Amino acid sequence: MINGISIDYFILLSAVLFTIGAIGVMARRNSIIIFMCIELMLNAVNILLVAFSTLHQNAEGQVFVFFVMTVAAAEVSVGLAILTMIYRNIKSIDTNLLSNLKD
Amino acid sequence: MLGLSVHQWLFGILSFLAVLFSLMVVFSRSPINSVLYLIMSFFSISGIYLLLDAQFLAVVNIVVYAGAIMVLFLFVIMLMNLNHDTEPQRTVLTKIIAGIIGGMLLLVLTSVLKGASALDKSFYGTSEVGLVKNLGNVLFTQFLFPFEIVSVLLLAAMVGAVMMGKKNIN
Repeated sequence: MINGISIDYFILLSAVLFTIGAIGVMARRNSIIIFMCIELMLNAVNILLVAFSTLHQNAEGQVFVFFVMTVAAAEVSVGLAILTMIYRNIKSIDTNLLSNLKD
Repeated sequence: MLGLSVHQWLFGILSFLAVLFSLMVVFSRSPINSVLYLIMSFFSISGIYLLLDAQFLAVVNIVVYAGAIMVLFLFVIMLMNLNHDTEPQRTVLTKIIAGIIGGMLLLVLTSVLKGASALDKSFYGTSEVGLVKNLGNVLFTQFLFPFEIVSVLLLAAMVGAVMMGKKNIN
């Protein structure tokens, strides 16, 4: 319980957001939206880290969230650069067209 | 009202908004709308951080995520003119399978994680953990080495992004 809110609700919220992100990754073909869904999944995990950090009064969880955000920033900058290069080469960011390694 | 406290009301509203906007991210057709809904979702998540007394992370979430990362997404979408709604859709079968797999994932996640409440810990009052003073203290003593490594990671990402973005590398 954090100020009357059971930790179960934070777990449920985080699981629902993570699932929405996972469904987005599986169901969409636009690479940029897939990237955004990955960000959503990272944020779902962050909520849980902050909730448990406040519950146990331990700052390490929040420091970990800080590192997750930094790694997400690095990942997005490189990933979007890769996407621009893909778009320059095949004039599309449809994931189904990116099958050169398959054949 | 309904026997719920202010904290519980705020948590309910904010989590409803976060889930709603996240659903809109996945289901909206144009990428620009997706980015805008994701920004709204991040604002709701920042509200939840404030509710958890993590003031520093709430501000950093808005500045880094809603400010920097989402602007990067917007720039890429607008500069490459990707905002056409003619994205080829996946087949209905694939979407149904994705939904089923997502539902199973949700089931597994909740059933595994719900045991955490068995610890039966509870906290009331204002938490001091999320203040800049405390977080900075932990970050620059206990986590000093990871902090320095992260700066190297950011430098590598910067170099990598420039190398990828260049037209022809000689």
